[in-house]
Amino acid sequence: MRLDARRFGRPPVTDEELEVDAGGTARMRANPGRAGRLGLRFFALGYLALLLLIPVVMIFIRTFDEGIGAAFDAVTTPEAQHAFYLTFLMVAIAVPLNTVFGVLAALVLVRQRFRGRAILNTVIDIPFAISPIVIGLSLILVYGRDGWFGQWFIDQGIQIIFSVPGMVLATIFVSLPFVVREVQPVLQEIGDEQEQAASTLGANWWQTFWRVTLPAIRWGVAYGVVLSTARALGEFGAVSVVSGNISGRTETLPLFVSKEFEQFDIAGAYAASVVLAILAVTTLLLMNRLRPKEESL
Amino acid sequence: MIVLIPMAAVVARSTEGGWDTFWTAISNEQAVAALKLTLLASLLVVVINAVAGTAIAWVLVRDNFRGKRIVNSVIDLPFALPTIVAGLTLLALYGDDSPFGINAAYTRAGVVMALLFVTLPFVVRAVQPVLMELDEDMEEAAASLGAKPPTIFRRIVLPNLTPAILAGSALGFARSIGEFGSLVLISGNLPFKTEVASVFIFAQVQSGNTTGAAAVSVVLLAISLVILFAIGMWARRSLRHAA
Repeated sequence: MRLDARRFGRPPVTDEELEVDAGGTARMRANPGRAGRLGLRFFALGYLALLLLIPVVMIFIRTFDEGIGAAFDAVTTPEAQHAFYLTFLMVAIAVPLNTVFGVLAALVLVRQRFRGRAILNTVIDIPFAISPIVIGLSLILVYGRDGWFGQWFIDQGIQIIFSVPGMVLATIFVSLPFVVREVQPVLQEIGDEQEQAASTLGANWWQTFWRVTLPAIRWGVAYGVVLSTARALGEFGAVSVVSGNISGRTETLPLFVSKEFEQFDIAGAYAASVVLAILAVTTLLLMNRLRPKEESL
Repeated sequence: MIVLIPMAAVVARSTEGGWDTFWTAISNEQAVAALKLTLLASLLVVVINAVAGTAIAWVLVRDNFRGKRIVNSVIDLPFALPTIVAGLTLLALYGDDSPFGINAAYTRAGVVMALLFVTLPFVVRAVQPVLMELDEDMEEAAASLGAKPPTIFRRIVLPNLTPAILAGSALGFARSIGEFGSLVLISGNLPFKTEVASVFIFAQVQSGNTTGAAAVSVVLLAISLVILFAIGMWARRSLRHAA
């Protein structure tokens, strides 16, 4: 989840803005002297290195300790392959659903005035604010064997908890807010004059949306999709509670990592982690590419 | 619907057996220890984040060095990296066979470290845009009047940044309270020592005690909702001030 600075009424930082002119004499006087500046830089970079960078590099080193072959073998066992398949299945179901819901919810929240709008706005943030474990538990209480709707689904022959549908639900739940939160400010900024112009020219709702609104918000949508994908790929807590961890059946990649680690198959855990880390770094690169474009709207 | 019904179910289950059952469940010694550790660790993490996050934001905005763009994008890594991988990477460096000889596995220090990792971006990303917009004229005026850099920071920069620092800290606090994935591996989940609330709830669910799990969840939910509400109020108030 990216903290959205726009929610506090200020635009986020772009790469171009990062370049500063630190050479001005007046500035040098107002800012700490050379020693203070270097000290702060050393502290900030050192903190980042110790907490973030070195650990992540370390896991790559550990993984390829015994050669690429060993790492490759560890992530191509039938169990690991199934974990890959399930993880991508989660993403393939949750992300499109959340995208459609997110765009619609953002449209409703920005363009319409109705009772309970403020409540809906708060409810959408719930998945960010509460523990994934609580999310998992809540799904069990609703769809589990003695949950509110559980018995009905079991009568229909559908098992939700400890099976794939429950894991999909959990994934949808945790990645729900991303698209809404990215699209909402963009919609607010573009206003609705173009949409009104389109409808006075005789366009119906769908044409207006497809030809006018969607092109304007496309970068916001894309950014939200990237964030949801990252979260859906990596979700552990909520999925872990509802999956029951049945190896080879309800095990996604993050669950596979944790199981391998607990069974002292460290090589397998590291290798699968590296795959997830590579996916995360790809996400980061996409985030950075999308952000400036989104701002240039 | 997909959000509200499950939340209602948790509250309903926790109060199923009446107030007494609820109270017994959350005043259980292990539950209290877990909640206490969660709150204390989260508070400590918030304080460290407020200081380190502001320092990092300052360096990213006011300082210039090679590779600044890379550092700027690395900040978001904890949001992109799956939490279980975050836990494992910390364990690879600060675990049993740490090359630094620091073993934080199964300790409270490990818990705090994992929380610091996953909440790192919040304060940085909240403070950065504010610091960027902050007019340096005031600082220059103070400097020309003879104020020393520490005084300028304390009297001029810090008051301007406070709302952003608080907002970022609140989000980080909410995240710390519920964090699970990055903690399972590094904390070892020792009851009374390194077991946090979310891990406690998980263990209760695994052993079939959903009522007890729901009760502790309600406590966590209440804390999160208070924080969400506070952020909302704060954001609205500071916007009004800006306008």
